[in-house]
Amino acid sequence: MTVARTLYDKLWDDHLVTTRSDGQSLIYIDRHLLHEVTSPQAFEGLGLARRGLWRTETNIATADHNVPTTERELGVQGINEDIAKQQVLTLQENCERFDVELFDVTDLRQGIVHVIGPEQGLTLPGMTIVCGDSHTSTHGAFAALAQGIGTSDVEHVMATQTLAQSKAKNLRVWLEGTLPRGISTKDVVLKVIDVLTASGGSGHTIEFAGDGIANFSMEARMTLCNMAIEAGARAGLVAVDETTIDYLRGRPYAPQGERWREAVAYWRSLKSDADAAFDREVRVDLSDLAPRVTWGTSPDQSAAINGHVPETNAENRRALEYMGLKGGEPMRAIEIDRIFIGSCTNARIEDLRAAAQVLGNRKVAANVRQAMVVPGSGLVKAEAEAEGLDEVFRAAGFEWRAAGCSMCLGMNPDQLLPGERCASTSNRNFEGRQGQGGRTHLLSPAMAAAAAVAGHFTDVREYL
Amino acid sequence: MQAFTEVKGLVAPLDRANIDTDQIIPKQFLKSIKRTGFGAHLFDAWRFLDAGVLGMAPATRRTNPEFVLNEPRHRGAPILLAGENFGCGSSREHAVWALMEYGFRSVIAPSFADIFTSNCFKNGLLPVALPAQVVAALMGECQNTQGFTLAIDLEACEVRHEDGRTFAFQIKASDRQRLLQGLDEIGLSLAHASDIKSFEARHKSRFPWLFENQPCRT
Repeated sequence: MTVARTLYDKLWDDHLVTTRSDGQSLIYIDRHLLHEVTSPQAFEGLGLARRGLWRTETNIATADHNVPTTERELGVQGINEDIAKQQVLTLQENCERFDVELFDVTDLRQGIVHVIGPEQGLTLPGMTIVCGDSHTSTHGAFAALAQGIGTSDVEHVMATQTLAQSKAKNLRVWLEGTLPRGISTKDVVLKVIDVLTASGGSGHTIEFAGDGIANFSMEARMTLCNMAIEAGARAGLVAVDETTIDYLRGRPYAPQGERWREAVAYWRSLKSDADAAFDREVRVDLSDLAPRVTWGTSPDQSAAINGHVPETNAENRRALEYMGLKGGEPMRAIEIDRIFIGSCTNARIEDLRAAAQVLGNRKVAANVRQAMVVPGSGLVKAEAEAEGLDEVFRAAGFEWRAAGCSMCLGMNPDQLLPGERCASTSNRNFEGRQGQGGRTHLLSPAMAAAAAVAGHFTDVREYL
Repeated sequence: MQAFTEVKGLVAPLDRANIDTDQIIPKQFLKSIKRTGFGAHLFDAWRFLDAGVLGMAPATRRTNPEFVLNEPRHRGAPILLAGENFGCGSSREHAVWALMEYGFRSVIAPSFADIFTSNCFKNGLLPVALPAQVVAALMGECQNTQGFTLAIDLEACEVRHEDGRTFAFQIKASDRQRLLQGLDEIGLSLAHASDIKSFEARHKSRFPWLFENQPCRT
């Protein structure tokens, strides 16, 4: 009789190369995603040690963090800041030197690394995936063991095709019931983080499971797994089902023909055994969820839209001061200066459709200084334009930008000014994340669109 | 990697929970393609009142007198004492580079984020997790005692208080060994190159599609 295993156990077992003499396990890596910010020191280290890439074709690179979202046709020359330009040029040079495929700034396939992986079929079930970026957890939506790593590990993976680590514990987040109308997986994941806290998932891999998952699209599952890291978990997972397989069919780097059938047969086994044991389990009922908005400077500080900012206490005093909020204030009363729809959390086509649907023929409120949409990839942008979504956004008063990480972390010129308050579909409301002194509130794309129209947070369900 | 055996010295108290790597080293400094130059910008938005740009010398900046690390009594401290979930958020290893270049050799906190912990052990920064009530007590003492010092002994896996008390901490044997010896992790793993090659061959026969139709520079 075989021991019942979780999905994470299976992925771990299928990639365990050996256990090193010092006790660390070596896990084989199938896909390595690279971007300009966390790779240069790794490439440099590789060169200095006269090492090469262990398996070149597992690596794929794109520039996303530093790229401007205007005048994309200028390519690298469109980057005004010398040091940022240097970083993108260094990625180009390194990819040339080490023969790594690069979706460069003007490539239609360029985009946020976690959007283009799945889009291209570079992300497949059963893979181990790493990237020097904590939101690599996104790819776990495909039942791939996907983790963010630091630059030393980027170099380690380049040189050895393995990651040295110890196995994490198993945590299952059981989602039951059906999402009410107007509620998205962003609301779900903010609730999950609220339940787990920002450190509750540390040392664990989170599997999102339960009957509620079946109705979630792949893009919705990516939003869930993307923010597993905001609960402290390096990896999030969702088991394979028909939705997964349908999404991948025909993607450029997905297997084809007979190989496709072989792959699908294996992929269908990528789920936790019915009697597998989890170290910890939490349950969230989807049927009574409300839209959520964060009020603090940690992603676990959120409230339902019709709720209030919590009363000031020793724990939240600093966050409320930074955010310029009074304890007890209704969430709906908070006025907004800027709207950002984008990021690896919420810049896929379904996100843009959801926001555009709320907008309809409505206009951005007069008190909102700027509202922008930054699609997750060049292909998402093209698809949205083919559907006419760009026209809906423009007509409402939104700026329609080119793909990249943009204001999620403000490494490019898209930044908040000190004191500005932003309704953002991104993943982190840390102090200064979107610009020094800026105030970030996390919410879903539909809620961001509703906030744009109202000029303050409001219940999107009243706009549908 | 810099080896670590023992550190003894001043402790700087940073009594906040969930200190994320965006605070430790803000995004504008990640544009550097080097591993150095980050210490001057450690906790930049908290340490300084003016907006920081990569390469600005700290002496030319407007320092924030209210930020604890700017208090003269904490200058040169090799040990940072902080709240739970230290190093959460972004995977940026620049955070560890910044802490070390600034002069820290160890951080003591009730808990640390996973990726940050992993990054620490690639560079020689020792994350010491102690029970929350112990950290809280040390935090209070440190804030109220001029010249408060601790000693951290990695051989013995203990933190020693000046008054003779010791606090044991846990660390994975492999991490401890690498840190004590300052071992290069890639070298250690490449000693298993033949294991990796034979695994790869088995992997290819089990999952051939992972070895076909791969990205290729044209």
